[in-house]
Amino acid sequence: MSMPSPQLESMYQEVILDHYKHPHHKGLQDDFDAEVHHVNPTCGDEVTLRVRVRDGAVAEVSYDGQGCSISQASTSVMTELVTGRQVTDALGLQEEFLALMQGRGQVEPDEESLEDAVVFAGVAKYPARVKCALLGWMAWKDATARAVAGEGNPV
Amino acid sequence: MTAVTDLSGAHAVYDVDRVRKDFPILGREIHGRPLVYLDSANSAQKPQVVIDAEADLYAHHYANVARAVHTLGSEATNAFEAARDTVAAFLNAPSRDEVVFTKNISEALNLLAYSFSNASTFPGAERFRLGPGDEIVVTEMEHHSNLVPWQLLAQRTGATFRWIPLDDEGRLVSAAIDEVINERTKVVSFVYQSNALGTINPVARLVARAREVGAISIVDAAQAAPHLPLDVQEIGADFVAFTGHKLYGPTGVGVLWGRYDLLAAMPPFLGGGEMIETVDMTGTTYAAPPHRFEAGTPAIAQVVALATAVEWVQGVGLDAIHAHEVALLEHALEVLPTVEGLHIVGPTTAVDRGATISFTLDGVHPHDVAQLLDERGIAVRAGHHCARPVCVRYGVAATTRASFAAYTTLGEIDALVAGLREVGEMFR
Ligand SMILES: Cc1ncc(COP(=O)(O)O)c(C=O)c1O
Repeated sequence: MSMPSPQLESMYQEVILDHYKHPHHKGLQDDFDAEVHHVNPTCGDEVTLRVRVRDGAVAEVSYDGQGCSISQASTSVMTELVTGRQVTDALGLQEEFLALMQGRGQVEPDEESLEDAVVFAGVAKYPARVKCALLGWMAWKDATARAVAGEGNPV
Repeated sequence: MTAVTDLSGAHAVYDVDRVRKDFPILGREIHGRPLVYLDSANSAQKPQVVIDAEADLYAHHYANVARAVHTLGSEATNAFEAARDTVAAFLNAPSRDEVVFTKNISEALNLLAYSFSNASTFPGAERFRLGPGDEIVVTEMEHHSNLVPWQLLAQRTGATFRWIPLDDEGRLVSAAIDEVINERTKVVSFVYQSNALGTINPVARLVARAREVGAISIVDAAQAAPHLPLDVQEIGADFVAFTGHKLYGPTGVGVLWGRYDLLAAMPPFLGGGEMIETVDMTGTTYAAPPHRFEAGTPAIAQVVALATAVEWVQGVGLDAIHAHEVALLEHALEVLPTVEGLHIVGPTTAVDRGATISFTLDGVHPHDVAQLLDERGIAVRAGHHCARPVCVRYGVAATTRASFAAYTTLGEIDALVAGLREVGEMFR
């Protein structure tokens, strides 16, 4: 079996390292509707995430966390993608990302919608790391569902 | 019987290239790079003779063991029981009937823990009974397989679960040994060589102390069997266990050795076929050891192939393998600390330590280290190595671990160091 060169194949795209070294929306904000804490027992990754929802849109996401670069960078990229979007649209993105991660490397990512999150496509081939890439997204989904339920206006 | 038999002479030069030729998988490329397999403490690769032995049994001699009168059944039974002889000789066991085949060392240790709790109602098994006031002792560096079964036994019986703590260097706190193992201690179960730290424990001292207080002593030799000659008479413990797949053997088979008088008094763990003497609807009597502890159809082909693995190891020579691994270890302990930000977790000198090295790299999560090394063809393990209390003790969430074996080369250790330098730079 011939393999592509490691550079071409690397799971660690520049974007991932950038987000890991310089995370976006990291640091918990005081004004929020719901907070969750999620962990990934395999890597010991942790994230505490807060969401504020206004008029059916994701007004603000902030988080604090620690763990491997995949989990932390994926969370950072996620905050960029969902902030400002309608909750329904953002949930659609979450589902698209989930399908990509669960696709065992067979799902072609759509750069149009997923933007920077497509760099995690390589993770899908490594079952042990899929949970890392999903950690922040799952926490966001959970927190958003709670925020929406708290608001009493289901999407 | 193997290509390396002629290396067994004590003074022969260790020819690692020749050893490597026995392992077909070592010819693989990973991501376009030659495989550098440094995860043998997790599971060792298999020489061709072991792969062939399993296939040969299925291709030519296969039937169930112990119950068939036909030719194939007899051949399979003979091969299976010959494997018991091979393992008994490997361990220098006084009797072949002291060798029990299990599915791995986890099952061997659970077998003991469950047999001990079954002793509470089993006639003649007072020796194994535990209750409130009794103590079970392990160490803080146990693999979960030698920790959780004893916690569970303590819960079932009301006994107290205790452990010998670790010092800052990754060794047992010497002064604690005689205090933690005391007159209340009924069971002492400890790891010979730590899978997480590489530490080799003071086996003789622990066994002697257990004997002094009248406790049953159990040695988890999973990480010792592939690297050090194991002589159960010299060790002097009551039970010694190891697992086949770390000894270049197949998965699905482990070994429990126990002193015959203890095995003969011990209640069964699993009930089923082959472990009985006679069965009546109103009661059952049990077979003598080892069969009492081998309920059901065993891993026949794997047991036979394990014997081949043992013969392969004996062919190369455990002393020769050990000397080779000490050289690898000394080299690794010298070059690894030259990587910026690398910290070894565990003993930093080659004294009383095996060729398994855990470390952290500043600013890089161990899973990232392992993944990035994999992209360079290098296989290491990352995580808590099923010994989470060790990570807790040293205040790290996880470590990266490189472990060496008979087929590891100095060049592979240098490749690891080069890979670690690159990984460190990416994150700087
Ligand atoms: C020291 C030690 N004990 C027990 C085990 C468990 O071995 P197995 O999974 O084969 O039962 C291991 C393997 O990781 C080990 O290193």
